[in-house]
Amino acid sequence: MLRYSLTRFLGAIPTLLILITVAFFMIRAAPGGPFDAEKQLPPEIEANLRAAYHLDEPLVQQFGRYVWNLARGDFGPSFQYKDYSVTELIAAGFPVSLRLGGSAMLLALLVGVFAGTMAALRQNSRTDHAVMAVSMTGISIPNFVMAPLLILFFAVYLGWLPAGGIGDGGLRYMILPVISLALPQIAYISRLTRGSMIEVLRSNFVRTARAQGLPERTVILHHALKPALLPVVSYLGPATAAVITGSVVIEQIFGVPGLGRYFVQGALNRDYTLVMGVVVFYGALIILFNLFVDLVYAWLDPKVKYA
Amino acid sequence: MSREIPLMVPPGGGAGIEPVKGRSLWIDAWNVLRRNRAAVVAGALIITMAVLVIVGPWFSPWSYDHTDWANTSIGPDWESRHIFGTDALGRDLFVRTLYGGRISLLIGVVATLVSLLIGISWGATAGYLGGRIDHVMMRIVDILYAMPFMFFVILLMVFFGRNIILIFVAIGAINWLDMARIVRGQTLSLKHKEFVEAAEAQGVATFNIIRRHIVPNLLGVVVVYVTLTIPQVILVESFLSFLGLGVQEPMTSWGALVNEGAQEMGTAPWMLIFPAVFLALTLFCFNFVGDGLRDALDPKDR
Repeated sequence: MLRYSLTRFLGAIPTLLILITVAFFMIRAAPGGPFDAEKQLPPEIEANLRAAYHLDEPLVQQFGRYVWNLARGDFGPSFQYKDYSVTELIAAGFPVSLRLGGSAMLLALLVGVFAGTMAALRQNSRTDHAVMAVSMTGISIPNFVMAPLLILFFAVYLGWLPAGGIGDGGLRYMILPVISLALPQIAYISRLTRGSMIEVLRSNFVRTARAQGLPERTVILHHALKPALLPVVSYLGPATAAVITGSVVIEQIFGVPGLGRYFVQGALNRDYTLVMGVVVFYGALIILFNLFVDLVYAWLDPKVKYA
Repeated sequence: MSREIPLMVPPGGGAGIEPVKGRSLWIDAWNVLRRNRAAVVAGALIITMAVLVIVGPWFSPWSYDHTDWANTSIGPDWESRHIFGTDALGRDLFVRTLYGGRISLLIGVVATLVSLLIGISWGATAGYLGGRIDHVMMRIVDILYAMPFMFFVILLMVFFGRNIILIFVAIGAINWLDMARIVRGQTLSLKHKEFVEAAEAQGVATFNIIRRHIVPNLLGVVVVYVTLTIPQVILVESFLSFLGLGVQEPMTSWGALVNEGAQEMGTAPWMLIFPAVFLALTLFCFNFVGDGLRDALDPKDR
C-alpha cells in the first residue's frame, strides 16, 4: 500500500509540471503585456518596471524563478491589485471558496447517496421515477442557469433569502449558492448510486446475507453500501473539478468574495499572474485530490492490486 | 444501415433455401428505442429545435442586431411583434434566442466532431497496435486527464482573444480523452470476442471482420457517447459565454443571453427565462436521447 501510494504520488509530479509549464508559456505567448496602459510609460520607467518584475531576464531563467518561487509558495505579485501578492489574494479567497465548495460536496454526497439508494431499493416505483426525473433535470439545467432562477424565485419574488453577498457569513447567505452548486452533483451521484446499488443488490453475497435472515437495514448498510459506493468514490475526482469550476460562476453570480471571483475578475482585467496563480493552485488541488481519491479507492476495493 | 447482407452460398448446394434475414444491431436498437417514448419525444424536439433555429430567423421581421428604439426592454408582446420581448437595447429576444441557438448547436456539433475524430483515431490505434505503443499512448491520455482543462480553455480565451474557431478547437480538444479511452477499451475487448473468433475460424477476411463485427459494435458506444458529448459541449460554451469569454457581441449564444438575462432579471425576467428554457430543454433532450440510445445499443441490458 505504501509503495503504491508512493508511485502514484511520483506519477502526479510530471502532470503538475506540465500544468505549470503550459500555463507559464501560454502567459508569455499572449499578445500584450501587463504594462500596456492607456498612457504610454516613459521608456526608462518601463525598463525599471520590467526589471522589478524580472521580465528582462531570459525566458528560461524566468521560468526557473517562477517554479522555484512556486515551490516556496510564492505565486508572484498581482499586476492589477497593486501591493498585493497573488499568494495573499489566494489566501484571502480560498477559505471562502473552500467553505462553499466543501458544503456543496457534502450536501451532494449525503443527498445523492440517500436518494440513489432509495431509488434502487424501490426500483421502478414512483419514488424511483421521481428521483430519476429530478436527477435528469439537475443534469440538464446548468448551475449558472439554476442560480439566477433560484435568486429570482427565493430572493426576488418570495424574499426569503438574500440574493447575494456573504453578509455576516451566516448560513442564510450560503443556502442558495450551495444548493445551486450541489444540484448537478446530487443528480450525478444519485444516478451513479442507483445504478451500482441495483447491481450489488442482485449479487450473491447480498442474497446470502438476506437468506441468513439479517434485517434489511443491516444488509443495506453493512453489506451492500460499501461496494455500491465504489463508483461514487471514483466519481469524486471529476466531481471536485466540476464543483471548483462551477464555483467560479456561482461566486460571480452571488457576489461571493472567493477565489473564483478573483479568477474571473483577473481574466477580464488581464491580470496574468493572478489568473495563472489560480489555475496552478486549483490545478494542483485537483491533481492531488484525484490522487487521494485513487488511493481511497484502492484501499476500499479489494480487486485493485497495488502494482 | 439497410444495406443488403451479402450471402454466402455454400459450394454445390444451398440453392433454393430462402436465407433468413438477419436482424442487425441497428434494427434491434431502433425497435428498443422506438418503445422508449421519452427518447422519441426528446429526439423529435431536438429536430424541431434545430429546424426552428435554422429557419426561424428568416421569418422574423427583425435581425439579431436591429435596435428598435421605440420598444426597449418590453416584455413579450404580440402587438409590436416582439413575441419574446426585447432587451435594454431594443433588440428582439426571439431572434436573438434563435441566433444564440444556432451558435450553441453549431459549436455542440462541430466540437463533438473534432473530439470524435481525435478520439477514435487515438483510441483505435492504441487498442489495435497494443503493446508498448498502447501503453505510452494511454499514459499520455492519463496525464492529460488529470489536467483542469476548463481553466486552460479560460486561459486560452483570456490570452488569445475571443475567437469562435478557437472555441471549437479548445472544446473539442478537451473532450477527446473520454472518447479515446472508450474506443480503445472497446477495440481491445472486441478483438478477443467469440464471435470474432468464430468469424476468423470460418475464414472471413480481416477487413470484413472489422467491417461487420468490430465497427458496428464500436459504433454503438460511439453514437451513445456523441449524443452525451453534444450537451456537454453546449454547456462548456455557454459557461464560457456566461463568463463573457465566449461569443462576441452583437453575435450571441444561449450562455451569453442567460448572462445578460441574469443581470436584468429583477426588471426584465423574460430576458432570463426564454434563453434559459431553450438551453435547458435542449440539454434535457440530448441527455434523454443519449440515455435511450444507451439502453437500446448496450447489449448488456438485454
